Order: sequence, then structure tokens, then C-alpha cells
Amino acid sequence: MKVTGAQAIVKCLEEQGVEVIFGFPGGVIIDLFDELEKSDITNVLVRHEQAAVHAADAYGRVKGDVGVALVTSGPGATNTVTGIASAYMDSIPIVVFTGQVPTALIGNDAFQEVDIIGITRPCTKHNYLVKDPKDLAETIREAFYIARTGRPGPVLIDLPKDVVISKANFTEPKPVKMQTYRPTYEPHPGQIAKASKEILKAKKPVIYAGGGVIASDSNEELTELATKLNIPVTMTLMGLGGFPGTHKLSMGMLGMHGTYFANMAVSKCDLLIAVGARFDDRVTGKLDEFAPHAKIIHIDIDPTSISKNVKVDIPIVADCKYALTAMNRWFDVQDDFNGKEYEEKLSPWLDDINDWKRKHPLGYVEEGDIIKPQFVVQKLHELTKGDAIISTEVGQNQMWAAQFYHFNKPRHFLTSGGLGVMGYGFPAAIGAQMAAPDKTVIDVAGDGSIQMNIQELATARQYKCPVKVAILNNGFLGMVRQWQELFYDKRYAGTDLEVSPDFVALAQAYGAVGLRATKVSEVVPVIKEALATDNTVFMDFVIAREEGVYPMVPAGKATTEMLLT
Amino acid sequence: MKHTISVLLQNKPGVLSRVTGLFSGRGFNIESLCVAETLDPGVSCLTLVTRGPDPIIEQITKQLHKLIDVIKVVDISESDYVEREMVLIRVKAESNTRAEVLRVIDIFRGKVVDVSPKSYAVEITGPQSKIQAVIDILKPIGIQEIVRTGTIAMARAKKF
Repeated sequence: MKVTGAQAIVKCLEEQGVEVIFGFPGGVIIDLFDELEKSDITNVLVRHEQAAVHAADAYGRVKGDVGVALVTSGPGATNTVTGIASAYMDSIPIVVFTGQVPTALIGNDAFQEVDIIGITRPCTKHNYLVKDPKDLAETIREAFYIARTGRPGPVLIDLPKDVVISKANFTEPKPVKMQTYRPTYEPHPGQIAKASKEILKAKKPVIYAGGGVIASDSNEELTELATKLNIPVTMTLMGLGGFPGTHKLSMGMLGMHGTYFANMAVSKCDLLIAVGARFDDRVTGKLDEFAPHAKIIHIDIDPTSISKNVKVDIPIVADCKYALTAMNRWFDVQDDFNGKEYEEKLSPWLDDINDWKRKHPLGYVEEGDIIKPQFVVQKLHELTKGDAIISTEVGQNQMWAAQFYHFNKPRHFLTSGGLGVMGYGFPAAIGAQMAAPDKTVIDVAGDGSIQMNIQELATARQYKCPVKVAILNNGFLGMVRQWQELFYDKRYAGTDLEVSPDFVALAQAYGAVGLRATKVSEVVPVIKEALATDNTVFMDFVIAREEGVYPMVPAGKATTEMLLT
Repeated sequence: MKHTISVLLQNKPGVLSRVTGLFSGRGFNIESLCVAETLDPGVSCLTLVTRGPDPIIEQITKQLHKLIDVIKVVDISESDYVEREMVLIRVKAESNTRAEVLRVIDIFRGKVVDVSPKSYAVEITGPQSKIQAVIDILKPIGIQEIVRTGTIAMARAKKF
């Protein structure tokens, strides 16, 4: 059957189960938008292409599937780069379609031409320029397959205009089989046994769980392992929700703004079990002094993550779900394994951790009527019963959300962890709301970062996304200001946001609702009103101007060298 | 330490830049790189010489393998192998040195491939050490131009 390229693309999207895409049209891609309009697929018309990619990223995270963005050539394509790079660093499955000038014009510096394949080569898992319409269907199937399997990631498909409009035979779907790409899912049984025996020997074990736990949906397997053996768990920013944050074995986040007890536990442990994490510099601090007494077990589906930054003693290349299941079964069939006995052996270790927890819990100092940002996040947690999907921007707002909204479930915390994109949270909230219309979705934002994609107010309104944006407004680019306070003699160069819009009036201008709280007593009523409102809401919380995020490990220092206040 | 890595990859547009981009992006170094089609026109073989401590070499091979278009990565220098490089050298050959140049080329089993009244262009093949030796000897006589292919390499077959 002969179909146009546009028809083939839409058929393939339907085949992949795509219901929503995030897009912005342009000259060379009109035909595809035209075809999409005839299908059941919803196109969410964003107001900037970067937002399309962040929204697709969040949509994918919440659904546990691939998010899709569609943009035009040239500036449309280059505007997606930040979103793609963010998805790449966070291992989020998305497929981005970009328009391209007709094949005959490629290389001629045509209007709105850019070599997006060249530009995105280092920040995609893979990318394709389709030059022949007969290759379209197979390329798209391969792209989705690559995006969602192995270590997930973004894949880009560049579509020259002539490929989109000319006709070719549509090849019927068959399972994708690739000669060169076969990720390892099953762990090596020998390594599982070796790792499990090491766990039995340990007196001070710690589980360090990352985004891989979320990506592989192995939160239950992880919880089973941790609770079976009573091993305390700390999570990376990307791993939050992979283990219940309110569980007694949870130590919250580790690293630069991790909890005192998590960082102490990692630095004193004799066995570190890394699950789907990549030993990022924000986690390890000074490498030589990271977990100096520990043997390290590392489960990861990506072999390049293993021994990249920290030498690993027992590598397990596998999907976290498969590896954790195998470990759980290993312990189940050990006749001489006595859970009670093991628990007793670990109890001095858990006592140590509880002492650290008592000594330096997460906290903040109240200051009369002045609103503390941590208080706002605590109240958001309380009033949503910990059940909301939280997205964040980047900076202090992100860290306060990570520290004080104790995530109990996976796929409820959306943040640009690796790339650290200011402007991620608001479009991500829209993407999340499209994926989960019945959920409460809140973007915890700063007054600086919200302005990086604030134009998406129009998108939120157009698609009736009742997302709530909690702006922690301190009039500063707060995280950089904090570094300047601590390490640059309080020289606040380029961080004082002297002029900002009136966020309440701005929200109203878009037909959204704007609310403001300037003192502590107004926080709860504002949140309650926002949660009860069936519209997009900006909550402008005027907070303590120079509040800092603590604990803090200064960059390049050992994680035990924490500043606590 | 020097490592010679052999990479089989799909012969598609842009594949080479995926490899070189990986090296520049991650700060790995390439000493030489040589690539051409294999018997199967859909597959290319790339021979790459790099230097670095073991953890870096491990990352290089893993990262190469991670590229979707890469079929196989072998660190050839981990076992016995043969390596060859070819060099074309235009060397000054005036009446007083013409005979000496020919003698040197003969010793290294090289060939004269172009002759002019004042120079010879010669072709020499061998492992890197031999190429370096020829260059060292010809330098004082006067090298006018030099082009090297970079190393290609092949693992030795198992003897039994």
C-alpha cells in the first residue's frame, strides 16, 4: 500500500500507542501537522520548542513510556537541544521529530536549514536523517525501540520535506531486530551470587539507588531487598521515590545537598550497593574520599557507567529489575540465611544511623512571620497527602522540593537532574498533567527559573491543565547567590533579580489564577485555595530572601565536610 | 600505554563523526585513525591508536561499543598482533645525496615512486618503529613532504 511520508509517520505513531505529542509547527513540517489533525493523536501546541521536549520528557516519565515532540527545521530544531540534552543525561525515553529542508537543498544553507543531526549527535542515544520515504516506517520503529530499551534515552528523527510528502510502500510492522544493539537485561548468575554473599558478610551496608530504579520500575524489588535484609537506603535526586521516603530505612537523598545521615552512612559503610546510579560528582564529592571503606557492588544496564568514576568491586551489568529479582530469589533459597540473625548483626549500624538522624535531622530555623521555603514544601506535602506529582525547576527550589517532599512512589518527582535545566519544571508539569489528568501536579519553582519558560502559561490554559506553580520568590537566583554568600564574600554579581513581573497579575493576564502569600499565616490558605481551583494557578510565596539550602557539601570537598547551617 | 583498537562499524553516513565526536567530547585522544570498507560493503573497519591509563582505555572501548552503529570493538594490542603503516616521503636528492638516499631506501625495503631532478618520492611500509627510523635517517638529508596513513592492525591467528 502506497502512503505519503506523513501518513506513514502517523500510522507508526499509532502503532507505538502514542496518544499525545507536544509540538510547534513551521514551514517544512506543515504536511505532518495536517495529517496529525486527521488522526486521534492530540497535538499539544506549546509556545516554545524547548518546552515541547521537556513536556514530552515528563509525559514519558509519568506514563513509563516514550514521550514524543514534533518541531520544524532550523530554529525549531535548535530550540529542542536543551530538552534533548536533559533527557539524555537523565536517561529519559523520548523521540523528537524535526522537520528538515528538502533533501535536494540539504547543505545549501537553505532557509531554516540546520544540521540538527550533527548538532544532536553527542546528546542523543541515536539519531537519524531519513532520506528515502520507504525507510520511514522502519526507522521510526527502530527509534522507539532504541529510546525505550536498555538505558533509555532520546532519539531524534530528521524529516526532509520531500520525504514527508512523497509516497512509498508502507511496510507492515515486525519485531525490531538490530545487529548492533542488544542491551543486556539478565544478570550473570555468578555475579549475583558473589554480590549476595558479600551482602551477607557486610556489617555496615548501604543501598545507593538512582534513576535506574525508576526507569526499570524496580521500586518493589528494591523495597523487598532492603526490608528483607534491613539495609538502609539512600537515593540520588533521580532515584527519589524509588524507595518510600517515609520508610524507617530511608535516609533520603545523598550528596551535595543530601542529608547528614545519608552522607555519613556512605562515608562509613563497608559495603555500598549501587543500583541504577552513576556516581555523579554531585553525589560523590571528592572522589578519593567517597565511601572510602566500602566494597562496591554496582548494578547498571549501561556498562559505561560501571567503573567510570569510582572503581567497582562487583559489577553487575543488567536491568535493575532483573538483577534485584535474582538477588531476592538468591536470599529466598539460602537455607542458612536467617533474617533475624542478620538484622541483629546490623543493629549497631542502624543505631549509628539513627544517632546521626537525631543529631542532625533535616530542618530549618523559623523566623517569625517570614515565610521559609522549606515550610512551603512541607505544607505542600501535607496538604496533598504526599500524593502529588512534583516537578521542579533548578536551583534552591529543586533541592528544597527534594529534601522536604518525601516521595513514597516512583514517577512522582520530575526534575532535570543531570543537565540542571532552569525552565524544566513548568512545561514538565504540563506534560505530567496531560499524562495523568486526575493527579495534582505542582511545579516547585523559583522566581528566576519560572521566567525561563513562563510563556507556557498559554499552553497550560489552552489545554486546561490545572497545574499549580509554587514560586518560592526570593528576588534572587538563589543557588548561585548562596555560593556567592559562602565562597565569594557576598558579592552578589548577576544574581539580584531587581525587576520581576507581578506573578499574580501575570497569571491573571493569561486567564489563570494568581495568589500571593507574604507571611507564614497565608501559606496554608493559599495552598488550599490553589488545590481547590480547577485552573492553572501561580502561587507567589514571598520567602526569606537569603535562605540557604543545607546541608551543603562545597564542590570538590569530601561528603563528610558538610556545612550544616 | 599505547593501544591499538579495531572497530567494526556499519558503513553509513555520519558514523565516523560519531566515533571522532565521542573522542573529542570525552577528552580521549586519537593518535591515528584509519578507516575503510571490509569485504562486506555495508561494514567498515576502523583502526585507531590511542594512549591512556587502563581505566580510560576501558571507558574508550565501552563507549565505542555503546554507539548504536558499532558492531564490534577489539583492543588488538591485548594479544599478539601485526601492525603496518605506510608513509610517502619526498626527500631532497641532489647529485651529492642521490645515491645515499637510494641506499637508505633499499635498506628499509622501500620503493621510489616518483623521481625529479632534485628529489625522490619514496614509499615505505612497516610497523611504526620502522617508519620512525626511516624518518630519523632521512631528516638530515632533507624531507620536503611527508604523508602517513596511520596504523592498521590485525590480530595474529591462533597457531594451534
